[in-house]
Amino acid sequence: MAARGHLVGALMFLIAAAVGPALPDWAVSLAAIAFANALVVLGLVVMWRAGLVSFGQALYYCIGAYAVALIARWTGFTDAVALVAIGGVGAGIVAALVGFLLARYREIFFAMLSLALSMILYGVLVKTESLGSTDGFSVATPTFFGLSLHGDKLILALYWLTLGIDAIAAAAVGYYFRSIAGALAAPIRDNEIRVEFLGVSVTGIVHGKVVIAGTLGGLGGALAALTIGHVDPAMAYWTTSGGFVFVTILAGAGSVAAAFVGSLLFEAARSIAVDVMPGLWQMLLGAVLLLTILFLPEGLGSLAARVGKRGEVKR
Amino acid sequence: MSEILAVRDLEKTFGSLVAARDITVSIPAEQTVGVIGANGAGKTTFINMITGHLVPSKGTILFENKDITGLPSREITRLGISRSFQVAQIFPTLTVRENMVVAAAIARRGGGMLGAVTTPVHSPAALAEAEATVELFQISRYADTPAGLLPQGVRKLLDIGMAVVGWPRLLLLDEPTSGISIEEKFDLMQVVMSALKTRRITVLFVEHDMEIVGRFADRVLAFYEGTVIADGTPEQTLGDAKVQELITGVKARSAGTSHV
Ligand SMILES: Nc1ncnc2c1ncn2[C@@H]1O[C@H](COP(=O)(O)OP(=O)(O)OP(=O)(O)O)[C@@H](O)[C@H]1O
Ligand SMILES: [Mg+2]
Repeated sequence: MAARGHLVGALMFLIAAAVGPALPDWAVSLAAIAFANALVVLGLVVMWRAGLVSFGQALYYCIGAYAVALIARWTGFTDAVALVAIGGVGAGIVAALVGFLLARYREIFFAMLSLALSMILYGVLVKTESLGSTDGFSVATPTFFGLSLHGDKLILALYWLTLGIDAIAAAAVGYYFRSIAGALAAPIRDNEIRVEFLGVSVTGIVHGKVVIAGTLGGLGGALAALTIGHVDPAMAYWTTSGGFVFVTILAGAGSVAAAFVGSLLFEAARSIAVDVMPGLWQMLLGAVLLLTILFLPEGLGSLAARVGKRGEVKR
Repeated sequence: MSEILAVRDLEKTFGSLVAARDITVSIPAEQTVGVIGANGAGKTTFINMITGHLVPSKGTILFENKDITGLPSREITRLGISRSFQVAQIFPTLTVRENMVVAAAIARRGGGMLGAVTTPVHSPAALAEAEATVELFQISRYADTPAGLLPQGVRKLLDIGMAVVGWPRLLLLDEPTSGISIEEKFDLMQVVMSALKTRRITVLFVEHDMEIVGRFADRVLAFYEGTVIADGTPEQTLGDAKVQELITGVKARSAGTSHV
């Protein structure tokens, strides 16, 4: 079951990578940002399976983005792969610290505490004039193992880098879901007392999920910063967090792949909506969210699961 | 027979309320001990202290000669003491088999949090262990039923099965027959007790039905206002004058109270 899933997943990433050169720049760049954001969504899925929602995941997104931007600016170091790794690790460390607090809370308190932390970062960045306050600042052009690329080649390279990191993250999260810690998500949602009495620290497991989600958020923010070429405090703003939660609900917690598909749909819909009917974007968001919750409460992923049900698939 | 559990001068107070006091009991391996007492006598409190759910205010608890007083419940579980609950504690959205697999996988894993991340939940060993325990408790025909939809008796069996799947050496059953109709009680206890005998588990079970106590216990402890007022064979304890006056004589039984 897992082997077949890996094969299908790998194939999907290869196809996505192969069509890149055939697409116009704007589409590649849109897809790169969508697939960067999908990492944040994947992190939210990890937590959501245990019944936890964070309304402040933009905290890690912003930390990953600013880490990349600041290191490039202060040190002149521009290697894309290393910068993204630093963004992920940096956000993961913050999540590990914040986790000591967060892991003790559930439900609305967990959600709102996450939000509070992201708003603090937003506030600090807005007040920091040396970093451009609300305007933010530009990110230096990244290099790839010493190679400088420009124009469409640069965009394509970032797109491929994003896909590569997505593939690794998807495989790692898939592995995690099949582990005891990952599989304990539903039991924790169902009955924490029993989990404790079986001999596992629920707080420890939740802490782990916070760190995984934070690391993924940081990777996503780092990749987005490189692709957009600019960072600003809005990356930590609550509407950014809200967007990630939106895609998570749209995608559902059922499958890893849904996070990527959902994120791509979201970015595409946003760019079209903003062009075609400015101002109606929020209305469209609301309508889609309403329809998803009413008719597809387990998200897009459950559609695919239903189709694939005959052959295999568990949960 | 060697001693598996030794409790000395155990006491638990909640503010001014004394829920347990002067409890000194020694239990040899493979004994089946019944615990009786009216509502609020301190039976659940006693179990909660042994399993680490409550920290005693005073006294010591030795399990296999190791001091476990005040250890967190998950460490005590890992040492080999399991429990079931007055109200069955299961995972309602998972099937019976998945409930058991999760319990089996946790019990089998090594080394704390790292083990939890690196061990697959559906290992062949965990699956086999889960399957065997589902059979042992005779709930195979419910294996694919979500646990939230189970009849009360099966729910209880699953709860106890999940405590047993990790091969504990001491099992504490808090009112295994609570919420079960009188007709079903006996059969349920029969299934449970023969399963536990097969695995040679030392058992301490809380029970309000004296017929069941007399039938299944090798020894009976009687609790009254937090302390043990009689300790002996079922005949001795149930025949004790104080026990008859304070516990069995009075119809002080009401079902459905729930302290976890
Ligand atoms: N966590 C707690 N905080 C305060 N008081 C408690 C707590 N747990 C138990 N008690 C009190 O301690 C006393 C003993 O309770 P316990 O639950 O041990 O009784 P029990 O013998 O299990 O009764 P039952 O047959 O109703 O289950 C009761 O007076 C109860 O109200
Ligand atoms: Mg009780």
